[in-house]
Amino acid sequence: MAIAERVVAGAAETFARRHRFRWYEALPWLIALAAYFAFPDYLALGSQILATVLFALSVDLVLGYAGIVTLGQAAFFGTGAYTAGLLAAHGMGAPVVGLFVAAAAAAVVGVISGAIVLRTTGLTQLMMTLMVAVMLYEAANKANSITGGADGLQGMEVSPVLGFFHFGLYGKTAYFYCLAALFVGWLVMRRIVHSPFGRSLTGIRENEARMHAIGSPVFKRRLVAYTISAAMAGVSGALVAQTTQFVATDSLGFERSGNVLIMLLLGGIGQLYGAFIGVPLYMIAQDRFAAIDPVYWYFWIGLLLVLMVMFARGGVLGIIDRIGALIRRQR
Amino acid sequence: MTDVAMPLALETRGLCKNFGALTVANSIDFRLAHGARHALIGPNGAGKTSFVNLVTGVLHPNDGVIMLDGADITALTQAQRVKRGIVRTFQITTLFRGLSVLENVTLAVSERLGSGGDIHRPAGSRRHIIDEAYALLERLRLHDEALRPVKELAYGRQRLVEIAVALGLAPKVLLLDEPAAGVPSSESGTIIETIERLPADIAVLIIEHDMDLVFRLARRITVLVAGQILVEGTPPEIAADARVRQVYLGERAHA
Repeated sequence: MAIAERVVAGAAETFARRHRFRWYEALPWLIALAAYFAFPDYLALGSQILATVLFALSVDLVLGYAGIVTLGQAAFFGTGAYTAGLLAAHGMGAPVVGLFVAAAAAAVVGVISGAIVLRTTGLTQLMMTLMVAVMLYEAANKANSITGGADGLQGMEVSPVLGFFHFGLYGKTAYFYCLAALFVGWLVMRRIVHSPFGRSLTGIRENEARMHAIGSPVFKRRLVAYTISAAMAGVSGALVAQTTQFVATDSLGFERSGNVLIMLLLGGIGQLYGAFIGVPLYMIAQDRFAAIDPVYWYFWIGLLLVLMVMFARGGVLGIIDRIGALIRRQR
Repeated sequence: MTDVAMPLALETRGLCKNFGALTVANSIDFRLAHGARHALIGPNGAGKTSFVNLVTGVLHPNDGVIMLDGADITALTQAQRVKRGIVRTFQITTLFRGLSVLENVTLAVSERLGSGGDIHRPAGSRRHIIDEAYALLERLRLHDEALRPVKELAYGRQRLVEIAVALGLAPKVLLLDEPAAGVPSSESGTIIETIERLPADIAVLIIEHDMDLVFRLARRITVLVAGQILVEGTPPEIAADARVRQVYLGERAHA
């Protein structure tokens, strides 16, 4: 009886504490630091992975939390990449400033396109997101004099980070630069999903009709989420542009939108950490398969995905959840 | 009677709605008094749920006026009407199935208090919201299941969560759309008790098929047939009405 009462009184308490940090949330950062020392020859790949995790996080916010299916997230990635690229190519190469401007530019594209895209649902919405990205892709392709068109943007000169850390040949600065940006992005994202706003997004994903019925301004909430997500994707694009000192039209391409979706599904959506698992898994597998089998490596990626869909719905996090449930039942 | 002078909790005047040739509301003049326990009954397809959708703003009428406490709310959005106190439950359970019972109610309380869009603080930091939601669950005796996902609950319990979410919005007018639909009779008693214990100042409109439930709870009954009000009266009056009997015996009066 006494125990039962304590359990009951603890329900509200448990609920209120959900946003506290857990030990396993430190793992991605410890692994990222360990990887820096363990694989000094792979820092360039590492930087790309870190930037892409941020990109996948931005997709998780709209898809996993707000339930907006998007095939056009590259629109914001590319906007950020070109913004940072053009700044650096015109003598404004301060990288951190570049990130903020890229975030703002992508947010503007996000709020404008979102105001249209989010009025639709389902398949129409999917096609609209795709359409926005395709239009920007063509615009970048045609605007040769500004973007360099199909040849890519030339002549980026990125200044040292905070005027001190040069982007060297070995990618050490780039790695920590991306890691720091991802860390900030993760903190923001974590804050958002655990806020009442983030919970209301989950509510919209779970049951939109009920959200309307409890008086929630559903469209406005979605638009805010879409805009924040666009800004995050923009930062990710800017990171890639600055660390590779190059931007091409593929930053706005369909493949980028599609791949990030696959990476996120591989890790698990709507759980904040799917991006941290799926992206490294996919990109490292891609790198290894390409090294082992330069011709047919895409086949192996494909096989991995087929197996994933057949046996591991919910991605790696889904598997972990199921194992956890099994262990709890054994006890 | 005496409440003619007082503004009504809810009133519709000449409410019309049609989808092409199909008329779901045909000039409905409906009055719901403060603190009412009123039932809306009628055969399948009579337009009962459409009426709820019109009143809550899911559907927009082709003609007519909807008044809440004497104020015209016809042009308001769904969310704005909820803020004014018109709250509904759903005939088919419409909940956040993957979220816990407590979270379902917390979301409602949080929207009511205007904190639903807060982005700068953790959801758990507003303890009074969680405590209010939890107290509500205690009142409906759902607190033992507070942390369980709604989808794991028995259907009868889910119907109670429907009511709990609605109460979290502090309704002035509560529209219960078939609160006991799909619930085995062994469990419907709990739902009836819950409705009986609702605060007296809430005007309650029950849309229901189950006549036992209607005659136990309602003090007034309106019968809707083919989008039109057939008759309104006290339960004994309705029970004695020949036209109502005809409708419920399946012999539609083709007037």
